[in-house]
Amino acid sequence: MILYYDLHIHTALSPCADNDMTPNNIVNMALLKGLDVIAVTDHNSAENARAVIKAGEKAGLTVIAGMEIETSEEVHVLSLFPSADAAEEVQRQVYRSLPDAKNPENIFGSQLLFDESDNITGKNERLLLTATSLGITEVFRLVAAAGGIAIPSHVDRPSYSILSNLGFIPDELPLTAIELSKNISDKNEFYKMRPELKKYKAVFNSDAHSLGDISEKINFIDVLHNKPNEIIRFFG
Amino acid sequence: MKISDLIEKLDLKLITRPDYTDKEVTGCYVCDLLSRVMSMAKQGDVWITVQTNLNIVAIASLTEAACIIVPEDIEVDYDTVLKANSKDVTILGSALDGYSLCVRLGALL
Repeated sequence: MILYYDLHIHTALSPCADNDMTPNNIVNMALLKGLDVIAVTDHNSAENARAVIKAGEKAGLTVIAGMEIETSEEVHVLSLFPSADAAEEVQRQVYRSLPDAKNPENIFGSQLLFDESDNITGKNERLLLTATSLGITEVFRLVAAAGGIAIPSHVDRPSYSILSNLGFIPDELPLTAIELSKNISDKNEFYKMRPELKKYKAVFNSDAHSLGDISEKINFIDVLHNKPNEIIRFFG
Repeated sequence: MKISDLIEKLDLKLITRPDYTDKEVTGCYVCDLLSRVMSMAKQGDVWITVQTNLNIVAIASLTEAACIIVPEDIEVDYDTVLKANSKDVTILGSALDGYSLCVRLGALL
């Protein structure tokens, strides 16, 4: 079956995302755009994943629990998990690896937590918008151990990307897929410059921080079932 | 000046094998974005970086930098040390920060 996807969406838990990035707003916007599956991927946290999954279940949209983990090299890694439980298991390690500091809300923005009815249930007080002390190899290991998949975010971008920060993809990394940002209008032009990246599956996501930025019905995969595990397997 | 002189004058810790400390040091480059280092560092440079990922070894080889200095007593990944030893790359450690290292290096080079 053909599934239209957007596997990189921030909720209002990410300080840099709009505060109307609530579970139901995201789910309904994704449905309006004609998507079949989305992933919620907040910075170093999956605390809103469960609420968005529940909102998705009610409305008929598959939602994958994810996280955008920042490695010690300041590389952003999109991590997708088979369940909220698996995401929260890795989240525990991520929290242990964050500095003991509070989010400066007046500078970065608030980190809102929701239930599945969009009620604000609290705020995450941790400084999430920063690097963990986990190296990229360790992040890949942790995500795989939880049954998930790690995909370097927006590899073509000049900041927080594996190519800008590490120069090239380390041979040792068990990498199967890379995310290309929407800055890339012509995939073939990009591959002409970086032919070594052709061997990885390419994922095109919105990295939406506001509702209007969620992907249109453009990018799709062809899989057997619309289930998180199946989508993880596709990119694995 | 040789790497061995640098180790002595800046009180650096030798993290990798001591075999290549007679290499000549001619300049310095400071940057943590490896994509930039790849195109900007020059042969003979001391490269100061807080990055300790495996890729620093390949980039030091590629640019023919004389050695890498990791500042602020940051621990270097074990895999990186192993790889540096196999690729003849010298990694040094310092308790100083990048700025303090540059000030001292500037007086020596």
